[in-house]
Amino acid sequence: MVAVDPSVVLPDFRSPASARYRRWRGIKDRLTAWVMAIGGIGIILSIVLIAFYLVYVVTPLFRPARMTERIEFTLPGGTGAATLHYALEEQREIGLRVTAAGEALFFALRDGAVLARKSLTGSAPAAITAFSAGDPARGLLAAGMSNGSAILARHAYDVTWPNDVRVISPRLDYPAGKNPISVDAGGRPLRVISAESDDRQTTIAAATDEERLWLVSLVRKRKSPAGKEMETVRTRSKLSVEYPVTYLAVDVDQRELYVADTRGNLYYFDITDKSEPRLVDRVAAVPDSERITALAFLSGGISMLVGDSRGRITQWFPVRDAENEYRLRSARFFSSQTRPISALVPEYFRKGFVASDASGRVGLYHTTAERTVALVQAADGVVERMAIAPRADALLAERPGGRLSVWAVQNPHPEISWRSLWGKVWYESREQPEYIWQSSSASSDFEPKFSLTPLAFGTLKAALYASLFAVPLAIMGAIYTAYFMQPWMRDLVKPTIEIMAALPSVILGFLAGLWFAPFVENHLPGVFLALVSIPVSILAFGSLWAMLPQRLRQRVPEGSEALLLLPVLAVCFAIAVSLSQTVEVMFFGGNMPLWLTREFGITYDQRNSLVVGLAIGFAVIPTIFSISEDAIFGVPKHLTTGSLALGATLWQTMVRVVLLTASPGIFSAVMIGLGRAVGETMIVVMATGNTAVMELNIFQGFRALSANIAVEMPESEVGSTHYRILFLAGLVLFLATFLFNTVAEVVRQRLRAKYSNL
Amino acid sequence: MTRNLKEWIDAGGPYIWLNAGAVSVSVIMVAGLLLLIAVHGLGHFWPGPIAGFSYTDENGAVEHVLGEFADREIVPRARLGQADPRIRAEQELVERRLIKTGNRDFLGIDFRWVLGAGMGNVTFPTDVMAVERREWGNLYGYLVAVKRAGKSLVNDTDPWPVLRRQIEETGAVFDTIRHVERDLIGAANYRMERLRLEERGLELNHVDDAQKRARIHGERTGLKVEYERHTGRLVELYARLNEATYVIRLADGSEHELPIAKIVRAYRPNEMPLPGKLGFYALKLWEFMADEPREANTEGGIFPAIFGTVLMVMIMAVLVTPFGVMAAVYLREYAKQGTLTRLIRIAVNNLAGVPSVVYGMFGLGFFVYFLGGSIDAAFFAESLPAPTFGTPGLLWASLTLALLTVPVVIVSTEEGLTRVPRAIREGSLALGATKAETLWRTVLPMTASAMMTGLILAVARAAGEVAPLMLVGVVKLAPSLALDGNAPFLHLDRKFMHLGFHIYDVGFQSPNVEAARPLVYASALLLVFIVVVLNLTAIRIRNRLRQKYRAAEQN
Repeated sequence: MVAVDPSVVLPDFRSPASARYRRWRGIKDRLTAWVMAIGGIGIILSIVLIAFYLVYVVTPLFRPARMTERIEFTLPGGTGAATLHYALEEQREIGLRVTAAGEALFFALRDGAVLARKSLTGSAPAAITAFSAGDPARGLLAAGMSNGSAILARHAYDVTWPNDVRVISPRLDYPAGKNPISVDAGGRPLRVISAESDDRQTTIAAATDEERLWLVSLVRKRKSPAGKEMETVRTRSKLSVEYPVTYLAVDVDQRELYVADTRGNLYYFDITDKSEPRLVDRVAAVPDSERITALAFLSGGISMLVGDSRGRITQWFPVRDAENEYRLRSARFFSSQTRPISALVPEYFRKGFVASDASGRVGLYHTTAERTVALVQAADGVVERMAIAPRADALLAERPGGRLSVWAVQNPHPEISWRSLWGKVWYESREQPEYIWQSSSASSDFEPKFSLTPLAFGTLKAALYASLFAVPLAIMGAIYTAYFMQPWMRDLVKPTIEIMAALPSVILGFLAGLWFAPFVENHLPGVFLALVSIPVSILAFGSLWAMLPQRLRQRVPEGSEALLLLPVLAVCFAIAVSLSQTVEVMFFGGNMPLWLTREFGITYDQRNSLVVGLAIGFAVIPTIFSISEDAIFGVPKHLTTGSLALGATLWQTMVRVVLLTASPGIFSAVMIGLGRAVGETMIVVMATGNTAVMELNIFQGFRALSANIAVEMPESEVGSTHYRILFLAGLVLFLATFLFNTVAEVVRQRLRAKYSNL
Repeated sequence: MTRNLKEWIDAGGPYIWLNAGAVSVSVIMVAGLLLLIAVHGLGHFWPGPIAGFSYTDENGAVEHVLGEFADREIVPRARLGQADPRIRAEQELVERRLIKTGNRDFLGIDFRWVLGAGMGNVTFPTDVMAVERREWGNLYGYLVAVKRAGKSLVNDTDPWPVLRRQIEETGAVFDTIRHVERDLIGAANYRMERLRLEERGLELNHVDDAQKRARIHGERTGLKVEYERHTGRLVELYARLNEATYVIRLADGSEHELPIAKIVRAYRPNEMPLPGKLGFYALKLWEFMADEPREANTEGGIFPAIFGTVLMVMIMAVLVTPFGVMAAVYLREYAKQGTLTRLIRIAVNNLAGVPSVVYGMFGLGFFVYFLGGSIDAAFFAESLPAPTFGTPGLLWASLTLALLTVPVVIVSTEEGLTRVPRAIREGSLALGATKAETLWRTVLPMTASAMMTGLILAVARAAGEVAPLMLVGVVKLAPSLALDGNAPFLHLDRKFMHLGFHIYDVGFQSPNVEAARPLVYASALLLVFIVVVLNLTAIRIRNRLRQKYRAAEQN
């Protein structure tokens, strides 16, 4: 052997160039490791981020409201005259205090300095004896005077931008004129008053001593139908109640009048026709021993809030009863406070309100959610007057001793509680508590209905009908394909069904909605006929086949049953459909959907759960098929050959050995299939009517969580309660599918381990 | 024979046959579905014959109807509602036909159901023509005259060739107008907007640069001159366009003079020979693939939708491949195998099963509102309050879909990595290669086809996905493509059209579903075709790959 100098074939290992190169390689190696680690972990984290982001968006829904005191100052304008009313302006810069001396004091919320001082009553010689404020969003103030007349004023704010700086200047308007409106002809002082006013009409309800209750209406009308000149038509009518009136409330549309008396009765008048007010209902709003201590409309003017001497606040609204008459019903009450309620202030736009009691506690409530959002001790004594800002983000509370405190309120999502999301809620004007999803409406006084129950129900209904169709079909198909079918056919069938999985759901949805739904409606008997006749014809053909002579049968190799059945089933389906019309004429009076409605009272929607179930089933079959086929095919061969060797038939081996071994795999296949059915979106959007009904009826549609997100998300305002609830729906879907899939995955991994042990 | 039957039952024959039936039913459903889409989708472009017949309605009034047969069905009499004098009492099943009568501007509707019993003799007059228009759908009738500026262009000769020539001429003018409006004026507008933004940007940054201002002013004046020139040319072109008219006699005998400018094409299907029909078919198919939509997407082509889908999927592929591969390589090659990697694998697997609409929601909330909003505030302050990236758009759609499909790529690449035999890795390391070199030079090249499979599957899924796209960037009609001649050429902030959404929108949101239906079938066919081809390719690659490694492992 001749020793070969390694440097002849290899570069010198110790040369600087070689060392440099090695170092460079080392750097590259470490760099790659770092890049891969950072990139890999990054991408994995970013997928996980989805879950965290959903939670991040949803959590504010469940955070409690916060009330923090910002500042306290002596009553603006001094403590000389008692306060009648407080109000706040939208930007939280200016507050309004109305005093018993008839002064409207606009003050800076920052420090309580008086910005403008206006006289509410003007030059009227009389003193204010009664006062009330109308719907907060309209800012109407009504003052009843000692001479039996009333003055209406409205506080409003002009926003200007000189030099790019916002300047808000308050003003007082007089919608019904600066002159007092005479209410009591006898000139008796008004004791209680309530009023509303809009462009067209003004309504004043007022009570005097000696129990006279007046309703005065001023309507602006054209003098002649074509003319431009306007005139004011004035009517006055008298109402009667048994006991002295303590509270009056005219609703914002000036159609209803609520009256409370000293005995705790609540009267509900229909005042649509001002000259003929009609008492619709009267209830005892509190027990005999208690008194009504506060009364206010909830925003929207449909519900009445009644605060009583027990500290309980009850929500009343008129509900149509069986005789189509309106009756006052108490939908719910709040008893978080225990001392007499001293003030009730509704929010401007939401169904929330603030209540204070004699012990100085202030509670923040929401009616729909039936939730006491926050409860704070705001003063040592009774809080007589409060005001809430238009955006419900600030609160004024007058403390005993002439101090006014300003609170910041953080209460973005009061309408959400476990109950309002998942339970039955008695919404305004509905006959009973219900599950309703209705997130938007044209009018602002609408009560949003955020019950996720009907949506979750819809999702489960879709999954139920889909799995009724898909699970048996897919598992049976898998059994046959994995175990009985000829290998060459299996190589064709598997990819075909995998392609079925890849079909975009928008196409399935489109076909289901535009082709299949009308087809089913027109061939309903045929569809049911096909459902029954297909298994029957399979069995019939199979038994006929078995009775053929051995010689003939042997020409076709075993495991070709599926191929033989193809033409049979196609023909069977065609016959069933073509017989449909005849059957319909013979048994169902020519119109089966109508017949269903007439005979059983079943509503038939064209885009119904049957159609959706079949379409989603179609989408889910390949998933279930593919995974259970793998599980069945993977059962170790020695188990089956052993069973067959012991004399079991193919089918016995299948049921007793193979299915038993593969059952966890089949279970996980079904779970994954269900996961897909639950999350399916486009099919549901396109093939159901998307109405949130809670009926198990197969001929009716539904609204699923996923479809709801797809439909409502683009129009939802970022950060709003609706937006967050949609995210909550998404989170529910995410968790549901994640759960299904994890269970399936764990089961599958166990099974894989089991197979490798066998 | 009965013994055979008994044996059959004892051996579980009925169950086996029922299971076989399940396979057959599934196969029939898939085949039937594909066939249904194919027949409806491909039939759309064929020039159907125009039938003419007299029709007696339920009040006994007789009218003449011209139109194409669109559908035919047999219904029980009870479904028709009230009694009809045209149907004999003993006749329980009646025939109904759906006729596309066109002429929406004259009849109000362009489809109507007629009762077979009320139809007279059906004829196919050779001289009846179908006019495809830019507005109001098809027109069916007989050509009477062709005019230019009020003067007839035909004297006693057949007006048909004259009309066809005129259509060609006005068509050329129309194309020029479109070029001027879209390309030239569009570009001028785009540059004008850029200038406005630049100016606003200067204002926002309190830069008072007289030179820049002067330049902006100068450019703006130049653009205005250019704009005036184009509009001047347009006026002239429009005048030429609207000169030519034609007179048509409708089925009810009334004659109408209409502008030729509104015609896309006119043809006489009843006298068309077979090669002509084939040519027409090819032309329509080309129009479908390469043209813009007309009439609220119910007519014309779907080119922008195809373009949008392809562009979005391409951007997504560029994003998803490196990251998916990186994650898979990290998981398989670098991370320590243990409970954590197992958990990560389960999580990644599960994320593939999370409903796509949830991804869409995440995309809207995180990408569009959060990331996009921040980008706008930082870089596009000059165009606020109009959002640039803070609104759904191409980039966000691609990113969302990348996130949606990254599990597919990870899973597929990992599978490929697992299949690379240990011996190959060890051989490479034994020869002194570093881990990175082993990865780059041997392992990754061997996994290339697995990555390819993953990518193809991801692309196929993204191409068919609609629910998330509805939230993050797809619109029913995009004013301009996301790729055009205006710098920076690729506009990631623009909204785009998408095949799948097109199907949903035209099929379910369009006011005239009946007219749109054939087009939707054609779009569906195209989408199915794309997805199926992609999937078949992926399956082929995967199978080849498995065989290759089986061979490598055995050696």
